Amino acid sequence: MAVDAEPVQRRARRWHIAVFLAPAVLVYTAIMIIPLFSTLFQSLFNTVGGQRTFVGLANFMVLFGDPRWAASFWNALWNNTWFFIIHMLVQNPIGVVLAAILSNPSLRLRGFYRTAIFIPTILSFVIVGFVWKLILSPLWGIAPNMLDAIGLRSLFAPWLGQEGAALTTLALVSVWQFVGIPMMLIYAALLSIPDEVIEAAEMDGLTGFSQFFKIQLPLILPTIGIISILTFVGNFNAFDLIYVSQGAQAGPNFSTDLLGTLLYRTFFGFQLQQGDINMGSTIATMMFLIILVGVSIYLFAIQTRLRRYQF
Amino acid sequence: MRAARSSLPRTIAAHAVLLTYTLIALFPVFVVVVNAFKNRRAIFNEPLALPNAETFSMIGFETVTSQGNFLLYFQNSMIVTVASLICVLLFGAMAAFALSEYRFKGNTLMGLYLALGIMIPIRLGTVAILQMMVASGLVNTLTALILVYTAQGLPLAIFILSEFMRTVSDDLKNAGRIDGLSEYKIFFRLVLPLVRPALATVAVFTMIPIWNDLWFPLILAPGESTKTVTLGAQMFIGQFVTNWNAVLAALSLAIVPVLVLYLIFSRQLIRGITSGAVK
Repeated sequence: MAVDAEPVQRRARRWHIAVFLAPAVLVYTAIMIIPLFSTLFQSLFNTVGGQRTFVGLANFMVLFGDPRWAASFWNALWNNTWFFIIHMLVQNPIGVVLAAILSNPSLRLRGFYRTAIFIPTILSFVIVGFVWKLILSPLWGIAPNMLDAIGLRSLFAPWLGQEGAALTTLALVSVWQFVGIPMMLIYAALLSIPDEVIEAAEMDGLTGFSQFFKIQLPLILPTIGIISILTFVGNFNAFDLIYVSQGAQAGPNFSTDLLGTLLYRTFFGFQLQQGDINMGSTIATMMFLIILVGVSIYLFAIQTRLRRYQF
Repeated sequence: MRAARSSLPRTIAAHAVLLTYTLIALFPVFVVVVNAFKNRRAIFNEPLALPNAETFSMIGFETVTSQGNFLLYFQNSMIVTVASLICVLLFGAMAAFALSEYRFKGNTLMGLYLALGIMIPIRLGTVAILQMMVASGLVNTLTALILVYTAQGLPLAIFILSEFMRTVSDDLKNAGRIDGLSEYKIFFRLVLPLVRPALATVAVFTMIPIWNDLWFPLILAPGESTKTVTLGAQMFIGQFVTNWNAVLAALSLAIVPVLVLYLIFSRQLIRGITSGAVK
């Protein structure tokens, strides 16, 4: 009997594990993992008149070989890369500066600034896209009149309507919206640096900027790494901001087209072009591969080289 | 040295930088809300002035309430957000408890499998998700959105919650076991109340993207009866693009609920981040 009791009890214990895991694993697998792989799988097929046929990598050949497809894909990929570069160059430095100032414990009103600067991040893209469209509109004239007030009226241009400026403008709007995230994460990282480290640096005569660059900055590099990869993933499946401010056509003349808007147009069709499930899946597969490469570079090349400090 | 860190010019400079950025962050919100309460002429003539007795007007809000179904959209958004949130928190906490509490074969592998979704966006599976929802007749239902958002929120929730559950004392759980509590009771009565702060943090992180999402409502539930506020506002703006009163009023209505929620939960959010929930 005693020999039997042990395995029975163990099996009973195993049942809870299954019960605890089941709902999450089921929903996650059914709604996320299976559709993801099913989408990747469908990029290998072609549908003509409801008949699905296996075509191997032919869809990818079309995407890269057909001049029209290739042009839109490379255009979207380059635009997406530029979108990401602007985020890295503008969003992260602003986030670091704001967090560094906020982390000074003797500063008053810290809570107020923190709360206020994070507000754009919680707003929906519909609000953000439209608000900036109104502000930058030459019709309403808030932006031109404000520039006028400081004597820079000549600098104003309808940026969102210009092929050369629209994408950069939207990238900056997106930076405006999301700067709260790097600020908060870096702020948290700065707070976790123990006072002794800072005091030791001060004893050695390191203060102000040199202290920040030699002590704090190396310690928050892992956080900046995480922020960069989060920004990368977010940027390479961005869609909403472009859709609400420029429409699915990503105008003017596709100059703000990102992979997300290209996927939407391909999958659902627009104007005269019919929606195409398989080409849509092909583009989704390319996005998946791009994100996978980015995440792998981060995990294997960057994260392992960043030194982490335990206090 | 302490004095050097907080000298007067430096403090002034710090406040100047922060105040400037705060103005940049709040200015667009200010412009929308202020102008929503003005008449058409005042919106165009003095966009930056506060409404006064002469220019005050609620015409925009009247248009919104008479033309749009905003009450219904709010209700839809509320149902979707709250239901997804409950599912994410409950299922996420259960899975996180299993992963952090028990040693079993494939524990690490399961953790990695569930963490995949943190890095790979669920949107990439949209093609097949739509086909699945069409096949099961769930298109244009709130259930479709709830399922998708639950799947979307789970990976990060499980990751954050299992970090927290590792900090719950083993002695407490073992004392419960000795008292004859079942594993379920230990989870619901002992562990869940102890990780409440973490649950609040996860709730805020999960809620904001769900409330603001445009992609899935647009694709899975674009019907009039299932529109969420975000999609409804987008459609409304498209229709009334020249009626600035109505557009600004619609935008204000879309801003207010998130803003209120954020102000209520902002302390929780900041505490969660600074206590290491997402590091």
